[in-house]
Amino acid sequence: MAITRDDVLHVARLARLAIPEDEIERVRDELGAILEAVGKVRELDLANVEPTSHPLDVVNVWGEDEPRPSLPREDALANAPDPADGAFRVPAVG
Amino acid sequence: MLHRGVPLGGNGLVIDTLRLTAEDAAGLLGRGDVSPAELADAYRAAIAERDDELHCYLHVAAENETANGPGTGVPIALKDVITTKGVPTTAGSLILEGYVPVFDSTVASRCGDAGLPLLGKTNLDEFAMGSSTENSGYGPTRNPWDPERVPGGSSGGSAAAVAAGLAPWALGTDTGGSVKQPASLCGVVGLRPTYGTVSRYGIVAFASSLDQVGPLTKTVRDCARLYEIVAGRDRCDATTVELPTPVEIPEAETLDGVRIGVPSELNEAEGIEPGVTARVQAAIRLAEDLGATVGETSLPRSVEYGLPCYYLIAPAEASSNLARYDGVRYGHRAAVDGDLTELYERTRWEGFGAEPKRRIMLGTYALSAGYYEAYYGQAQRVRTVIKEEFATAFEDFDVLVGPTSPTVAFRLGERAENPLAMYLSDVLTIPPNMAGLPGLSIPCGLSDELPVGLQLIGPQFSENLLFRVGHALERALAFDYVPGRLR
Amino acid sequence: MTANGWEPVVGLEIHVQLKTRTKMFCRCESVWTEAGLENRRTCPVCLAHPGALPVPNRQAIEWTIKLGLALGCEVAPRALFHRKNYFYPDLPKGYQISQYDVPLASGGRVVVPTAGGDRAVGIVRAHLEEDAAKTIHVGGAAGRIAGAAHSLVDFNRGGTPLVEIVTEPDIRSPEEARDFLRLLRQTVVELGISDAEMEKGSLRCDANVSVRRAGEAAYRTKTELKNMNSFKFVADGIAAEVARQVEAYESGIEVVQETLHFDPGSGRLSPLRTKEEAHDYRYFPEPDLVPVEPSAELVERLAEELPELPGARIRRFESEYGLAFYDAEVLNGSRELAALFERVVLSGADAKAAVNVLMNQFAAAGVEPAATNPEELAKLIAERDRIPRGTFAEALRASGDPDFSAERYLAEAAISDESELDPVIERILAANESQVEAYRAGKEGLLGFFVGQVMRETQGKANPKIVNERLRERLRA
Ligand SMILES: [Mg+2]
Ligand SMILES: [Zn+2]
Repeated sequence: MAITRDDVLHVARLARLAIPEDEIERVRDELGAILEAVGKVRELDLANVEPTSHPLDVVNVWGEDEPRPSLPREDALANAPDPADGAFRVPAVG
Repeated sequence: MLHRGVPLGGNGLVIDTLRLTAEDAAGLLGRGDVSPAELADAYRAAIAERDDELHCYLHVAAENETANGPGTGVPIALKDVITTKGVPTTAGSLILEGYVPVFDSTVASRCGDAGLPLLGKTNLDEFAMGSSTENSGYGPTRNPWDPERVPGGSSGGSAAAVAAGLAPWALGTDTGGSVKQPASLCGVVGLRPTYGTVSRYGIVAFASSLDQVGPLTKTVRDCARLYEIVAGRDRCDATTVELPTPVEIPEAETLDGVRIGVPSELNEAEGIEPGVTARVQAAIRLAEDLGATVGETSLPRSVEYGLPCYYLIAPAEASSNLARYDGVRYGHRAAVDGDLTELYERTRWEGFGAEPKRRIMLGTYALSAGYYEAYYGQAQRVRTVIKEEFATAFEDFDVLVGPTSPTVAFRLGERAENPLAMYLSDVLTIPPNMAGLPGLSIPCGLSDELPVGLQLIGPQFSENLLFRVGHALERALAFDYVPGRLR
Repeated sequence: MTANGWEPVVGLEIHVQLKTRTKMFCRCESVWTEAGLENRRTCPVCLAHPGALPVPNRQAIEWTIKLGLALGCEVAPRALFHRKNYFYPDLPKGYQISQYDVPLASGGRVVVPTAGGDRAVGIVRAHLEEDAAKTIHVGGAAGRIAGAAHSLVDFNRGGTPLVEIVTEPDIRSPEEARDFLRLLRQTVVELGISDAEMEKGSLRCDANVSVRRAGEAAYRTKTELKNMNSFKFVADGIAAEVARQVEAYESGIEVVQETLHFDPGSGRLSPLRTKEEAHDYRYFPEPDLVPVEPSAELVERLAEELPELPGARIRRFESEYGLAFYDAEVLNGSRELAALFERVVLSGADAKAAVNVLMNQFAAAGVEPAATNPEELAKLIAERDRIPRGTFAEALRASGDPDFSAERYLAEAAISDESELDPVIERILAANESQVEAYRAGKEGLLGFFVGQVMRETQGKANPKIVNERLRERLRA
């Protein structure tokens, strides 16, 4: 599966990365080479093998529904690049 | 032990931070020979002397403070992915420049509970993605054995700081080999614990199903002590478990009854330097002399397919974990007049370095519609195969051994332009990591005047056995962990 | 079936906000935002600070299983959380923790009782996920000055638990959709797991709508109607969309797959601005969480805790008490009212009379059904035809008092005292001299007129029997 210019643009778009026009080819070459290398996993016929998404066999870990203190709002906003009116300001949403 | 370094007033004691182990330091504190402040000052003096050249630290703490009050114990350096309340935490990324956490990671808080003052935050590959610390957004760390060479990575700052006497001990994190490999390249001890035994709460996430915090120390006993401080179930991390048995500080110097397996693929992989093989084989013979039985075994597909498996799973998880850096709640935000999408795209393109961007795109691709089964799904199945292969090997052996890194420390810039060459640095550490297994790297000699690391791999929760084998070998090997040029 | 042989095909996607005390993956208190409270219920987890990790809320997991059981679902022996990846400012992690291919509950069936018989609606799944934060749009209205328009994000709601319920496309009319949704709401409210108030957003409903020719087996292109925030709007929105699609097909236009917003004011449907790229959520198992394996004991316990569900109760009321469907349905609009009805009937009240009273007068009396003593209420209902309407209404109002006794109340309420009644009677006779003369001249039918006057004067409180007696006596004189 060779990676195309459109694939690069699609992926950059999904990942919200403003890839400049003059870097697209370089990124395509790099990703293409890496994908070819990692594509090696496809050599194996593992149709009957269960996937592992977790290295430990642990289940049912949860917390009780008992409130604990939240952050003071000053702390919540302390690192915000653009706080306003006790909230986080962003350019208009659609 | 105390023949050079920083002289202390009055009693004529001199603290040689290059030699002093954490255990020795605890002894000095315990006997009242030095105060906690004097001890930390000795390290700060060493940092002032040598860190301009080595650049192990991104932030040096001014006060002798722990996460929970004044420090009374042996000071510690923390890799800068370990969140420290009120102390800048950058993950080596410009996207987190200026970020000051409002909470403590569980490991920082456990170090605080144990009274360990924070010396500072150490350099790393950005978001722990790399094997040389050259991917740091704040400049590379240099290897104390040869400043023209890399310390390994991504916990290169922590490994180099311990090797160079700039910290008695340190914590790093290991996803594909980021504790074990720099330990190997810097001639120190590094443990990647069993997945789930050390809390990830407050560890800036790279690949959640692989990330583990681990100690970097001068000795195996120090390693066991630090592991004891940080390990155990944390109610803030749903993937942690209680240790099935308490940590044992190793004492035995023989290996009677220990069955050591030598997986051929792990020891004969393409790219392993002859000098590395020689040191590792010598260490294996030594283990036999100490009473271990040694036999050959095999991991037919784990080594060959481990690396590609890792480079699908880790970037996939990373692509999701790094989505939160969007310039809204913290960190870098691009100066943008336009809409929200433009703000996101510019913030992230500017804030992330080349390697995170590469992995985000790779991981996004591997998870995207139409490719998931072929890449991510298949990699998860390979992961099952690797788990099963190790389980089979552990039917006959207690511990598996091989080199930690195929090579000794390489030159700065040597692999920086070739991601695939860099990725190969972790080819031997990745397979056990994929299976959630613990691995201990101990120095086993020099090749070309540079340290070689021996990797000991055990079943899940076998840390005590790894400490025992590592300690016995460490004693017998009598490796001098002080870098030649600093002796 | 609508006009010209077109059949609506509707499936619903419903989000129910659970009323746990804390959020889904952190222990911040779950609260509705009020002015001044913005971002005061947040923590590193729900703000997605670097390194923060989710820990699931056990109560939310149990409630989801319980709801799944109530919807007739199978509970998964091993359920997973997945990450659903997309960027939006109300989603701080850049992914929503949700469930994907193995939800907690799936394969259910809900029977909706209607006047025309039972309607079964298949339940595809009920899964647990976290809610988004709240984004408030500010400024930059008409002028469109660059940079003036922005949004403020408040993370208080972010991370509260939601159950998402997806139905099969089994619904065949707007009214059925509304009835199903009402029944579902009633169910979650009675389970005590959600307030489920549509106007507040703790119950949200989207609809997938298509139409097909009668007899067609395949489904045609469907559209998605978003967030209709009342039962009426759900029915109106679906009706409008069905009409639009039928008209399109009949004019030879193909229906395209799109997401639509229904404006209840104008009754118009407008396409929501489509995102530039197709959704690609890149679901994968959440590595920060371990699987949920509900034990057989847990599922059994939750099943035992299930109360009788409103749908079944409606049918039982019809058969057991001979109620009309409409009465059974309205009565079961509140579990407390339905329970009171049963106890009142059990205490001897006539079922029909009890239904009439409870449905028509009781609610107006403003008494808590749960506070009412059913035996006393039964006695009161038995007396209903023998006492003035006003007295009965007042007695109903008083029936919420724990010491309420029907007998004592009625005895005390009626004005039987002649010394109190006589002056009223005198006044009325004096004011209606001509009628008094007419009566005395033989028009005895005027007695009712005088009784009515007295009752009006006493606001219905006078004992009619005594009024009659006293009037007759005085008019004879
Ligand atoms: Mg949903
Ligand atoms: Zn929270």
